[in-house]
Amino acid sequence: MIRAILARLKQGHRTMDYPRVPIALPPRFRGYPRLDSSLCPEKCRACTDACPYGAITRDPRLRLDMGKCLFCPECTRACPHGAIAFGNDARLSANRRDELVIDGEEERRMAAAMGRELLSLFGRSIKFREVSAGGCNACEADTNVLSTVGWDLGRFGIQFVAGPRHADGLWITGPVSQNMKEAVLKTWEAIPAPKIVVACGACAIAGGPFAGSTEACGGIEGILPVDLYIPGCPPHPLTILDGLLRLLGKIRKP
Amino acid sequence: MMRGMGILGNGTALPLDEIPVVAPDRFFTQVPDALAGGLRLASFFGASADGGQTALYAVFASKAEGTLGVVSTRVNDSFPSLSRRFPQLSLFEREIAEQFGVVPAGHPWFKPLRFHRAWTPGRDAWERPENADIPAGVMDYYRVEGEEVHEVAVGPVHAGIIEPGHFRFQCHGEHVFHLEISLGYQHRGIERQTIGGPHPKTPYMMETAAGDTTVGHMQAYCMVIEALSGCPAPARAEALRGIALEFERLANHVGDLGAIAGDIGYLPTASFCGRIRGDILNLTAVLCGSRFGRGLVRPGGTGFDCEPAMVEELLQRIAGIRNDLSNAVSLLWNTPSVMARLENTGTLAAESARELGMVGPAARACGLNRDVRRDHPFGIYRMAQIPVATAHHGDVCARTMVRWTECEKSFDFVEELLRQLPGGIVWKTPGPLAENRLSVALTEGWRGEICHVAMTDGVGRFSRYKITDPSFHNWPGLALALRGQQISDFPLCNKSFNLSYCGFDL
Repeated sequence: MIRAILARLKQGHRTMDYPRVPIALPPRFRGYPRLDSSLCPEKCRACTDACPYGAITRDPRLRLDMGKCLFCPECTRACPHGAIAFGNDARLSANRRDELVIDGEEERRMAAAMGRELLSLFGRSIKFREVSAGGCNACEADTNVLSTVGWDLGRFGIQFVAGPRHADGLWITGPVSQNMKEAVLKTWEAIPAPKIVVACGACAIAGGPFAGSTEACGGIEGILPVDLYIPGCPPHPLTILDGLLRLLGKIRKP
Repeated sequence: MMRGMGILGNGTALPLDEIPVVAPDRFFTQVPDALAGGLRLASFFGASADGGQTALYAVFASKAEGTLGVVSTRVNDSFPSLSRRFPQLSLFEREIAEQFGVVPAGHPWFKPLRFHRAWTPGRDAWERPENADIPAGVMDYYRVEGEEVHEVAVGPVHAGIIEPGHFRFQCHGEHVFHLEISLGYQHRGIERQTIGGPHPKTPYMMETAAGDTTVGHMQAYCMVIEALSGCPAPARAEALRGIALEFERLANHVGDLGAIAGDIGYLPTASFCGRIRGDILNLTAVLCGSRFGRGLVRPGGTGFDCEPAMVEELLQRIAGIRNDLSNAVSLLWNTPSVMARLENTGTLAAESARELGMVGPAARACGLNRDVRRDHPFGIYRMAQIPVATAHHGDVCARTMVRWTECEKSFDFVEELLRQLPGGIVWKTPGPLAENRLSVALTEGWRGEICHVAMTDGVGRFSRYKITDPSFHNWPGLALALRGQQISDFPLCNKSFNLSYCGFDL
């Protein structure tokens, strides 16, 4: 016992002070994209050609769909003009699918708090049932990490629970493989209303690396109504937590 | 031992016409002879052949010689099953049947693996109608009959934030007679979508074949591309890949050490390791911006370099992590109530592990001394050795010990590599793939041996791409380890293996 107490003293208090103190991310972290169509020569399609998932379009303004984007560096490498880059900002979540499509000129839209009625129910305590439906265990791992002492998700009143009956929301990771579709729907049905859906990661939003696979449904979009989209492949834990805190109205300013 | 096979080294390619195609009679004596002679089956798979036939390829690994051998045959509607004599073939035979509609005649446990339609329209091993629904998990399970015997079904959705799979226990009270594991829920069709490639999407699917093993699978994918295009990666890139592979091993082992502690209710180590795992993932993010190594390993080298200032930062952070981790894990060995829960729980005999063809830490915990990094060295492991950690009891304790010992070795290895990184570039464009070749790549991911086999057609595109995740070898080991255990020990046993669902389901 004395060893455990000494170890506890040595390891110290390690819960981050976020959101009071911002979290520093590594310089190479790829977050909110920076687009500047004014730098694009008329016929250039270097970035759109570099993306195998069609996340970038030009008409002629550059648009990037963060729901399809895997946040890999290929488009930025392909662009010789510096028109596309990834910033260090992990705040990516949105309430609506179309809000994930950005062009670098419109005002930035971030996830907003859920409606007043839901907020009065869930604002101080919300429980999720997570279902991995073809997820590769990366979104799962970085969702799980929020419950460790470093992030301590419980202090925000957020918890992942073992059964749908105890849950207020469904948390989906993965492109919804054909073989998991039924289990996803049954879990959804088993959660008592009112209830919400969170699509965590590129797969759950639009199929991710498996967009177009006949063995998967291309994400939860079109199967269930989604309340929060969390982009990334996988999303950084900070992206996930930021989205959740915005949805719960605990962060309201940019 | 490998007489009559096409011989190649790890991460090399062979012209297809140098792989002997023997008559089925010969093939089905050659395979058992090789296995009985001590060769290990790294992969066994089907491919479409001319005239509606199915080509079977068996890939053997010889630890003694450090080489790989490939032999092939052609079959029509069925082939004789060897699973009764060699259980390590069982899942491979079921996989071949499911993909190509050929029946392994006499298979003792013949059922679907991943519950998808066959790749061969009009030919189905179970003669299901073409438009029939194939619901996952619906099949005959092994059943124990008896007045007080009961069945416990768990999954596909589990209690924690983990991947889906179905577990069917046959119990007498708390006592488990038998566990059957049925997977396939995570099937995303990776192998089939790779045919005709490499496509622009292919590397992303390799990175997410098993997302917690991004570096391990990408390393294997890059090895086959580099072998088929004749463009080896620069030495500096190989070193960075090795560092990333060991970071991946460290992060997952540390996470599991914490989770093992959590499953027995020993919270100090559970909470310390939960945090430390994140610190290690952050080291990978320093290298490439992604905690899982996405975008780091690319055919031809690595997507990122590691500048001197970054080397210093990594070394400094590793020293701190090492210190914290030693402290957290040493609590386990010094707490009698912890050791009492770990020892003699979920014991797997060495002989069973050998018969199942198990790999990685789960095999080494049973005393099987096998590790691709030493037996078939690849990349940087050809220049720098890493000691192999084994244990002998085959129980949860042994698997925990092996994980910890491997952590220590990985730290040493990474620190040394960082101090003497080779100079030069980290990437060069690989050329087109050679035509009509077969290439095999083995890597040692944190769960064990990853095997990728690529075959190219007459224009240098993939005609077949076979992925064998270590979990494919090891899931039956978990089922066996549960026999005679209390059902309440399942989470602990499961965590000590921590196998991949999506790596199996592909």
